[in-house]
Amino acid sequence: MIDWGWVVDHLDELAGRAVQHLYLAAIAVLVGFAISFALAVWAARRSAVRAPITAVAGILYTIPSLALFAALVPITGLSVLTAEIPLVLYTILILFRNALAGFDAVPPDVNEAADGMGYARGRRLWSVELPLAIPLIVAGIRLATVSTIGLVTISGILGDRFGGLGFFIFEGYRRGFPTEIVAGAVPSIVLAIGADLLLVEAQRRLTPWEAAGREAAGREAGGTVHPRRDSR
Amino acid sequence: MGDGGATDPTGAPRTPGRPIDGIGTGATTVEYEHVSKAYGPAASRRGAPGAVNDLSLVVPAGRICVFVGPSGCGKTTTLKMVNRLIEPTAGRILLDGMDIARRDPIALRRGIGYVIQQVGLFPHQTIGENVATVPRLLGWPEARRRERAAELLDLVRLDPATYRDRYPAQLSGGERQRVGVARALAADPPILLMDEPFAAVDPIVREGLQDELLRLQEALAKTILFVTHDIDEAIKLGDLVAVMEAGGRLAQFAPPAEILAEPASDFVARFVGADRGLKRLSLVRVGELPLIRAVTARPGDDAADARRRALADPFPHLLLVDAAGRPIGWVDRGRIPDEGPLDAGRANAMSPLFSPRTTAKEALAMLLDAGVQAGIVVDVAGAVVGLLTLDAIVELLRDETGPVTGGAGAGEGGTRATAGPDGGGTGRR
Repeated sequence: MIDWGWVVDHLDELAGRAVQHLYLAAIAVLVGFAISFALAVWAARRSAVRAPITAVAGILYTIPSLALFAALVPITGLSVLTAEIPLVLYTILILFRNALAGFDAVPPDVNEAADGMGYARGRRLWSVELPLAIPLIVAGIRLATVSTIGLVTISGILGDRFGGLGFFIFEGYRRGFPTEIVAGAVPSIVLAIGADLLLVEAQRRLTPWEAAGREAAGREAGGTVHPRRDSR
Repeated sequence: MGDGGATDPTGAPRTPGRPIDGIGTGATTVEYEHVSKAYGPAASRRGAPGAVNDLSLVVPAGRICVFVGPSGCGKTTTLKMVNRLIEPTAGRILLDGMDIARRDPIALRRGIGYVIQQVGLFPHQTIGENVATVPRLLGWPEARRRERAAELLDLVRLDPATYRDRYPAQLSGGERQRVGVARALAADPPILLMDEPFAAVDPIVREGLQDELLRLQEALAKTILFVTHDIDEAIKLGDLVAVMEAGGRLAQFAPPAEILAEPASDFVARFVGADRGLKRLSLVRVGELPLIRAVTARPGDDAADARRRALADPFPHLLLVDAAGRPIGWVDRGRIPDEGPLDAGRANAMSPLFSPRTTAKEALAMLLDAGVQAGIVVDVAGAVVGLLTLDAIVELLRDETGPVTGGAGAGEGGTRATAGPDGGGTGRR
């Protein structure tokens, strides 16, 4: 069923598309994170803006991606911007909500102690709240990364210059050539899983105290000690 | 206080007030001048802390002042106005005569130790980093921060080598609270604010932490403002006790003995409880009570002489002691042989042993528990000092409760006992 000969002949092209796929996704997640993080910091300080931001991000999330790509073409043309804007917008709901939940999860006594000891506001945010919010923030980044890697394929609708591995899916579909569809889909899944695993490991390294805490809790409960637990 | 037994971790004696270089270098007078905090109706609905109404009092430097009262009485608000986590709506708070409103809140807070009930250790930092928080904020170099963290862990009796690199989640509640105290002391602030610091740990650990705080205070002599809802804790820890009632009014501000002996109002009387006579016992040490002399003899002494001395004494027992004067046991004077040497085999059951530092309350409990009339007071070396009888403690109760009821005697006390501490609807806790 799979034409391995085609796959071998197109290895270079597959690798190039995979790289494109990754950078389209990476840009989207990075830009989305920057926007979402700023919004979450704002919302954590000013509760009045929580609901409106969540509502707008939610509405954006409901727009069908195909429609959004299509709608942007007259405005931004067939440019990277056209590919990235929808990808970025779709990350915001997830990233914003998780970052905000991360700030909310900082124990109030920890913030009170920080204030009482003379932390200035910015310093408290940076060196107390942010580290403690990491588990939920990273959980958001993982979700956003996996879904963005999936969505990048759809940007292939904008033509040959976009879509990453999605290019093969579209082309394979047009030509009725299943091998090419699979050659686009499977590596895309592998990229998503790989990125997810990488982020899990990054979080583990960023939050050494989490493991210590779990170990202590495990001992206390007399239960099995799990060396690692995914935080979802 | 008085028997400054503070030693540093190496066991070397220390001069009280200067346990570690640079720690305990001073204290500050805290003065409230007509301080009020009012909350609007909206804030009250959100469960804002209690209001405070025209509070004026002075906490002298180096003293522990305990704010105690039912929940919502404004005691926590009173505390948090000192480090400006809450700003008063009227009045001034002066530290050594200087209005705190003129100081930068961030700098002010770095100069005031702060300990809260839930401790608030930073979960993502090691114990060493947690303790060195304020030194880090103050920009001390790393080496000095590490050194200070180790000193302070030693001070609260946590081995730095064991604990420094652990995370808070790996400590017990009592250990975390000690770290909280160490962290508050890290930059050697002249003032400590403690907001129900021991309320979340179990009673046995709490007692240990209270004793530890008193031990530290003997050496550090900080000005400590301490909030609790537990009157027993207030009496035990406070040099001064400020009883607050609903609406943020100061009901009484006095040393604990005076609060117990002369409650200023029915509210204070109810709040300290109908057993305040008993509570006073915890303020009196065995060493301050009249002891009776024990008739003692050593094994091998002449029995006839011992018998004669024992019969001449009102106390019906002879106490056998060893060569160093340490008690071995009692011999009923009727059973002392008429002649020959005394032998240790005749001694029977011992009584509870007290140190002069034992409180009268503990002594009473031990005597009742052992079912005996008298306990033996021994010095540091274990040698007999004298005997404390149940009668002496009962006498003390009579003396101390006498003036409380203003001459009305047992009648009024009895009325309070039946009304119970919650009698007037101004319930504790």
